[in-house]
Amino acid sequence: MRAVEATELTASEAFQQALGIAAEHAGDVDRQGRFPSEAIEALRVAGALGWGVPVEYGGPAAAIDELADATFELSRRCAATGMIFAMHQIQIASIARHLARSIWFTNYLRRVVREQRLIASATSEVGVGGDMRRSIAAIQPLPDSPGNLVQFEKKASTISYGAYADDLLTTLRCGPTADSSDQALILTHFADMESKPTGEWDTLGMRGTCSPGFVVSATCSADQIIPTPFATIAAETMVPFSHILWAHVWLGIATEAFSRAQNFVRVQARQSPGTTPPSALRLSELSARMAEFRALVKGATQEYISLADGERRPTLSTIGYAVRINNLKIAASEATVEACQSALRICGFAGYGNSGPYSVGRYLRDAHSAALMIANDRLHATNAALLLVYREGK
Amino acid sequence: MLPSTESQATEGQNRDRIRQIVKEHAGLGVDFEKVEFSTDLYRAGMTSYASVVLMIALENEFGVEFPDAMLSRSVFESIDSIAKAIESLQEAQS
Repeated sequence: MRAVEATELTASEAFQQALGIAAEHAGDVDRQGRFPSEAIEALRVAGALGWGVPVEYGGPAAAIDELADATFELSRRCAATGMIFAMHQIQIASIARHLARSIWFTNYLRRVVREQRLIASATSEVGVGGDMRRSIAAIQPLPDSPGNLVQFEKKASTISYGAYADDLLTTLRCGPTADSSDQALILTHFADMESKPTGEWDTLGMRGTCSPGFVVSATCSADQIIPTPFATIAAETMVPFSHILWAHVWLGIATEAFSRAQNFVRVQARQSPGTTPPSALRLSELSARMAEFRALVKGATQEYISLADGERRPTLSTIGYAVRINNLKIAASEATVEACQSALRICGFAGYGNSGPYSVGRYLRDAHSAALMIANDRLHATNAALLLVYREGK
Repeated sequence: MLPSTESQATEGQNRDRIRQIVKEHAGLGVDFEKVEFSTDLYRAGMTSYASVVLMIALENEFGVEFPDAMLSRSVFESIDSIAKAIESLQEAQS
């Protein structure tokens, strides 16, 4: 059961090895709430951290459906690894699609491919109530500095894998007097900045993403600011890429839970040949829900591909598209929990146990993070407002 | 061909009406006297929620309906860009 067909990249031997390594360590990563270092290292060996980089900057220019397929396969084995891979590719796309011929960022993307650098992001902030499109911290110019320097300090409410990434993409107000929604993205190297965790990450699920709050500060060149307003980057790339790749993480989680439930039903059926076990009906129901879930995620991915470049690109900034991509996030994040819960009902205590081939506990716990990453209530509030003007189907 | 003085006058009136609606509904954080026809309203602090409120108010005031393709950031970026959109809708209606 695949989200999309395997590509040359995802079929490569090195990526297949990374999948095996992700599966092997997933249980330990979850139990200890630790970074999946083995799997991320294996992805580096496969060159996967550079997959989203366009050909002109030395990458293989994997399209969003190829990145989505890789995300899906990783997430079936270890959702934390899948989510880290997805988030990293979201940062790459946000740079690559908006660098506007910047020499600094052109060179940077070449480095990502060569050095397999891992990029985290600090788009959340203490005090903005979870609204990514508002910032408090600002870019402060240092007027008398040599080489056009700027500095910032930000209290991020969460930075996933912040302690393990090489670089950080941060949203900030464009300047000290800029409005809270007048934002830019700045890329800094952890080696050249101060970063201090402000809490611990001991959570119900997605434990391997290691996403505590941080206070980050840096002084860097103004060239490290992406030369496109964040409003455009968010609408055309960061938001759709996030919702599409995250949805593939959640589809991967649900698919693995389904597959465990199916194996369980098959074993039950073998014990009494000639009769269909009662759980088989529940499995059939779940199978129908999975078909809907896949169609939802695949449809949204294809729509984005049809709009991402060329003359239809402005459609990505319309209210109609914002409503649709928010709907993808809401629906996919709910579908993944429902699928894991159904799988648990089917597997019974074999599913409730924390080990064994039918255990779905980790999948269910990981799935519960989906509704919280950009809270569904916030997206419903946004869509409720947007639907006051947007007429669906018109 | 030069535009007639009559249509120039309508355009100016439209912009003044739009400016008034922006003042009432865009919830700008800046001193409104500083808002010109070309000022970027989003950079001046208009939130996406406020932009929706503004769109509804404009539809009421001008008796138009913005189609989906026009419900985008670039159309509501400034009084000038809003005026252009409304003029094109009014032309299409007449």
